[in-house]
Parts: sequence; C-alpha cells; structure tokens
Amino acid sequence: MNGTNGLHRHILSILVENRFGELCRIVGLFSGRGYNIDTLCVAPTPDPAFSKIILTTAGSEAIIEQILKQVGKLVRVREVVDLNQVNHVEREMALLIVNTPDPAARQEVLNLVHVFRAKVIDIAPDAITVETTGSQDKVEALLDLVRPLGIRDIVRTGTVAIPRISEVATVRTATGTDAVVNGGVVNDVPEAESAV
Amino acid sequence: MSDPKVLEAAAVTATAVPGPARTPGTAGSQTKAPAAETVKPPVPSPRVEGVEMRGARILIEALLAEGVETIFGYPGGAILHVYDELARVRDRLKHVLVRHEQGAVHAAEGYARSTGKVGVVMVTSGPGATNCVTGLTNALMDSTPIVCITGQVPTHLIGNDAFQEADVVGITRPCTKHNTLVKDVRELARTVKEAFHIARTGRPGPVVIDLPKDVTAAVTKFNYPDRVDLPSYRPPSEGDPAAVRQAIDMMIRAERPVLYVGGGIVNADAGREIVALSERLNIPTTPTLMGLGGFPSAHPNCLGMLGMHGTYAANMGVSHSDLLIAIGARFDDRVTGRLKDFAPNAKVIHVDVDASSINKNRQVELGIVGDARAVLRQMLRGLDTARLESPPPRADWWRTVRGWATQHPYRYKQRRGQIMPQAVIEELHRLTRGEAIVSSDVGQHQMWVAQYYGFKEPRQWLNSGGLGTMGYGFPAAIGAALAHPDRTVVCVTGDGSFQMCIQELATAVQERVNVKVVIINNNFLGMVRQWQELFYARTYSAVGMERLPDFVKVAEAYHAKGLRATKPDEVRPVLEEGLRTPGLVIMDMAVCQEESVYPMVPAGASLMEMVLDPPEDGEDPEPRELA
Repeated sequence: MNGTNGLHRHILSILVENRFGELCRIVGLFSGRGYNIDTLCVAPTPDPAFSKIILTTAGSEAIIEQILKQVGKLVRVREVVDLNQVNHVEREMALLIVNTPDPAARQEVLNLVHVFRAKVIDIAPDAITVETTGSQDKVEALLDLVRPLGIRDIVRTGTVAIPRISEVATVRTATGTDAVVNGGVVNDVPEAESAV
Repeated sequence: MSDPKVLEAAAVTATAVPGPARTPGTAGSQTKAPAAETVKPPVPSPRVEGVEMRGARILIEALLAEGVETIFGYPGGAILHVYDELARVRDRLKHVLVRHEQGAVHAAEGYARSTGKVGVVMVTSGPGATNCVTGLTNALMDSTPIVCITGQVPTHLIGNDAFQEADVVGITRPCTKHNTLVKDVRELARTVKEAFHIARTGRPGPVVIDLPKDVTAAVTKFNYPDRVDLPSYRPPSEGDPAAVRQAIDMMIRAERPVLYVGGGIVNADAGREIVALSERLNIPTTPTLMGLGGFPSAHPNCLGMLGMHGTYAANMGVSHSDLLIAIGARFDDRVTGRLKDFAPNAKVIHVDVDASSINKNRQVELGIVGDARAVLRQMLRGLDTARLESPPPRADWWRTVRGWATQHPYRYKQRRGQIMPQAVIEELHRLTRGEAIVSSDVGQHQMWVAQYYGFKEPRQWLNSGGLGTMGYGFPAAIGAALAHPDRTVVCVTGDGSFQMCIQELATAVQERVNVKVVIINNNFLGMVRQWQELFYARTYSAVGMERLPDFVKVAEAYHAKGLRATKPDEVRPVLEEGLRTPGLVIMDMAVCQEESVYPMVPAGASLMEMVLDPPEDGEDPEPRELA
C-alpha cells in the first residue's frame, strides 16, 4: 500500500507554528546539513496557528534520526513524526498531458484512465490531460504506461500522508493536547481504493 | 564557582521546567509537550509598566528588565531611535562602542562566557548586521548565549533594496539558534523576553532580533511579560531516571572507564558536580578544548585535554577504555580523529542537553538528554543510594594511565637563545598563579595555552573552539575585562590573529579596560605553516608575515603600553612589567619561528597514531595523506 521503492525513503510529518520564515528555516536546515528533500508539501491545519509540512527524504536510519532531532530542535517546530514508524496512508496527485496523435492512442489513454481510476480533466484533438491520485507507486506505474505515447507535461503535488485512524490514540489539535502516536497493533484496514 | 554572578546565572539555568525527556535513541518521533516558562527576572520599575512609549524605549526597558548592564554595539541610521533612548539610561546601561561589529559579538561572547550571563549586541542594518555573521556563527558553534539586536530599514521599505538593507533574518537563519523580525511594536517586548529565554536555556546560543526603524518609532503601552509562552520549545532539564540508573551501574562495573567532559560542563555550571562524580567513582577524566577549566587541570584525576593536540595519557586512555562517559561534549572531529577508531573498545554513555548531539557522530550505547548539572546531580544522588562504600580502586587501570602520563607528558625542546612559546605560557601561568581569565585566538598559540596554562576553574578560558575564528580573542578579552574589572585578563594571541580584530585596541583604550595582550609572534601563520611543513613538504605558501607592524609602536599609537621580548631572559621581566601596568598592555614576544605544536594527531588519523615529538632537525617529516 505504501511506497516501497527503496528501504530508505521516509515520509516526515512536521507540525510547525505558522509564522514568517519557518518553512525557510526547515528547508535551510536540510540544505545546510546536506539532507535531501525529495518532495515537499505545506498546507494549513485546522488550527490556523500551525502548518503541516509533509516531506519525503531518503537516508540511512542514522541520518533519519539526525533529521528528526535537528528539525525537532527548531524553536517553532511543535512535532516531527517519521510516518514510516507508524501505519499510514499516503497519496500524491499528478496532472499529466499525454499526446494522443491518433484515435488509437486516445483510446489507449482512456483505457488506462479507467483502469487506474484516474480522470480526464481536459481534452484536445491531439492530447488529453489526466488527473491521477494514489500512492507514489501508483502514480509512477501510470507514468510508465503512458510514457511510450509521449508525455507533454507533468505536475505532481508530492506525497501527503496521514497516520491510520487506529494509530492515533490522541489527536493533536494544536490546542495543547498531546499527540501520542500509538505504535501498537494496528488493524489491517484495506484501502478504500485499490491501485489497479 | 566563587563568583556570585555565576551562581545567579546558574540558578536561572536550573529552573527549566522538568518533563519527560525525549529518548535520544528513538527514530520515531520528536514530540514536545507544551510548557510555560516560570523564570522570573527582575521586573522593571512599576512606573514604566503600562506606560505608552515608543518601540525604542520599550526595547531599552526590556533590556533593563532582563538585568542587562552592558551592551556592545555600533550605531547607524536604522538603529538611531534606540541609541537616542540609550543616552537617557547611560547610568544604568553601559554601551561599549566597538570599532567593528565583529568585535561587538566577540566581546559579548567573552562577557557571556566569563559570567554565564547573556551577552548583548546592538548594531545597525545592512553592513552592521552582516558584520556580525562571523561572531554569531562562532557563538552558535561554541553554544554561547547572545542576543543581537540589528536595526532594519522601515517595514515599508523592506524588499526594496533600500539603503543599508540586507535580508538579515535570511542571512542569520543558519547561524543563530533562533531569529525574529519584529513587524509590530506590540510584539516587541514579548520578542525580547523570548530571545533571552531561548539564548540562555537548553543548549545556549545566539538569537537575533531584527528591528525595523518604524517599529522603534511606533508607540504602544509597555508591558513586559513575566512568563514565556513558547509551546514548541522545551529545553530538557533532568535526564530519564532509568537511564541514569543504568549509567551508574555501567560506571561502577566498568574496568577502564574515562570521563570525557566538554564545554557543556562550563555552560551548565557543573564544575563541582563533575569533580564529585570523578572522585566518587575514581574515573580518569579528560576535558576537551572547550571543557578546559570545567575540570581542574591540577586535579589528580585529570589526564589533560584529549584530541588532536591532547596528551598521550588522555588519548591512550580513551583509546583503551571500556566505558567512555561523554558529558556536554559532542565528538568533534578534532577530538575523535578517525571516527571509526575512536574509543574502539568502549561502550559510550553520552549526556547532552542537545538531543541531536547524541548519535550524531558516534552511535552510543546509552544516551541521556538533559542539563549536565541536573544529570550529574541525579547520578550523585543515585550513588548515595547505591551505597558505594568507597570509590572503586581500579588499581590496574590507574597504574596504566599514570604510566602513560609519566612516560609522555607535554614537552618541548629549549632551543638555544630563542624564546620558546611554551615557556612564555608557563611563565604566564606562574606569574598569574593560574588564576587569570585567559582568552586566545586561533592557531598554535591557542594550543600552547590549552596545553601549558593549567586552568583551575570554569569560565576562566575563552577561545573559539568550534568555528576557529581568528580575531576572537582580543575582543573577547575586552568583554571579559569589562565584566571582571578586578581580575587579571590576558589575551594570548598570534601575530596573524591579532591583526584580525586589531581595531579594537581603540575600544579597549577608550573603555580603560585592563587587558594584557601577549603576542606569540613567530612572523608566520604558524599553524598553517606547521601543516605545510608536515603535509606539503615544507612548501610555505602565503604564510609569511614579512612586514609585520611594530606592535610596540602600534600600542603607543593607541595610547597603550607596548613591551617586547626577543631573548629568553627578557620574557619574565616583560610579563612582570606588563601584568603590573594598569590598562591595556601589548607584550610582543618574538618566539622561535618554526616551533610546532606537539603531540599531534594528523587530521584523519586515529588517536592511537599520535605523533609525540617533532622530527629531529634535518630529518624530513614523513609525508602523510591528508583528510
């Protein structure tokens, strides 16, 4: 269900006070200490005083430990969680314009859209814009299949992820409640939407 | 520890709110429980509370409320309103006019490190702020509490490439513990309160407050908060009790333990506690460069400094230990040498206030996140309950360690007719009874002071350990001298380093400070020369200082006293006269030019591969690979 391309990919969830310059501070920490950011997504939380950053990075366990500690040390960072340590669901959205020079190509794309439960959101005589959502693996799988047809452009949101409901013993509300991420037994809830 | 100011500062550090320590070993999550700070500094006089005033005065009142007595700074356009207010409180708040903003930060560092208080810097926008960057980085690396107030162009001009505008919050983000741009005068008092709290708690560090000119002109009611509310910032205090118990058990059972203690001991004012632990468990103890004085050099358990220019006993002790207990130290590469061969047979216990220091360079068996003094006190209490009848004898281990110490103490060869730099430091130690506050710059002289001065107590030794900033020593000595007008303050520097902040001579004279400068003058950038001798077959490239100024005349030009020694028998009389003369004195010591610092662990080698003595005259040093 989750990204498995490489043992060392980690999804970090960072809750940070919503203040001028804090994103820069976190991103600067990564570049300053030589850590990678593969994808980055920042958005408001239900509490306007906080933002949630979901980023994916790669590294050995020792490097991930350092990243968690260094980010956790920042004065305005409330919490940083390595989502790899908990059951979670992840999604990424991609918009791609695929060349459809002839009806056969168009039909091929439409078939893939159907199989992947993607959506057509724009269409022209020679191209189709497809919206797809899923784990990074699913998005990559679709890209691999349409690549031979010719991809004119792609935009991707990068990964967002959230712990499974069963993992979250107490939900952090940013109003003072402690988030306790429960590492205990987790029910194997099947994903509502399968990749293929 | 006899200084009441130090104890006062210590009391502040100790009030950090206790709470569950973050487990250093877990890669899972870093969660901070919300905490409110309850440290109560002196509150400003009631007549200013609730009074409407402009931002500039709010800043001054806030500084007074924090107990600030001395500011190091340099005025300019964007900070003028504040300087205007500063003139009104001259009698309560001393401003020291430096000659370059870098000097202001280093002076504040010397002030902070020698007292335990927060050092305060005030500069203008643009170049005033950018000139602070070296000092701020230095303070970050050496964990020195600094609050630096930088003027900024008015908010409506920010981003317009205005005159003397620089993105100071952007520039200083990676070289501060925290920084803030104050956009609204109503945020100012709270921001100052938070800045001091952040600077002095946890792992101390520099904090920048960027203050636009219009904010200093805007008017609001002054209310200085008595509590800090930083929900995401919770510095640790005590360590996890279970981990502490485990540590005690490991220390008692170890056969060949070594205590490795760093600057954290000094920052936490844990001098007495570390001596007590070392004595009660009878553990050989080695301070780092930053930890010198944190553990008394003359203590029988003291092995001397470890690392690149450390003692044979310390480096061998660590290399052969079965348990290494690191407290307030961070496994710096200048300490460890080749990391994979550092303390290869030892289990490691690491106590640090900064969780990210644990497992950063060395994977440890037991990490304890906590304030050094708080954790040491837990350990000492734990030993009380462990009913340890007497210290473990560790007779074999001590015999071995003492053997190393006797076999290879620090030593140097006296060359006929030449002043040996090491002899200057030894003489300085004798004449000051090892009780002076000594600052140094960076290079050979720094290592010779570290090796030969023999520090007795914490906060006596000021040097740039982490960043290695040439130019640190002299302004730092000025800062320390202003904080300790009754003590002897000596700056040992080099002919290269001294010229990096030589402009502060004017500051020292204007402020009538008692600073004695000892220049270890070898006409070379000596440490670089030493490396070129050892690792580049004596190809001396850009290390000669052929046309040095006459430092005696320089002293005189600045209305100070200048003295010079060129022969060994002149060293003592020059030092005596210099130390006895009030005010600023420069003592220029023309030392042996090609003397090198030994012993030495070549960069990238293991501590076991330390080179004890220089090659004999005429013998070519063995060429080595550099790391």
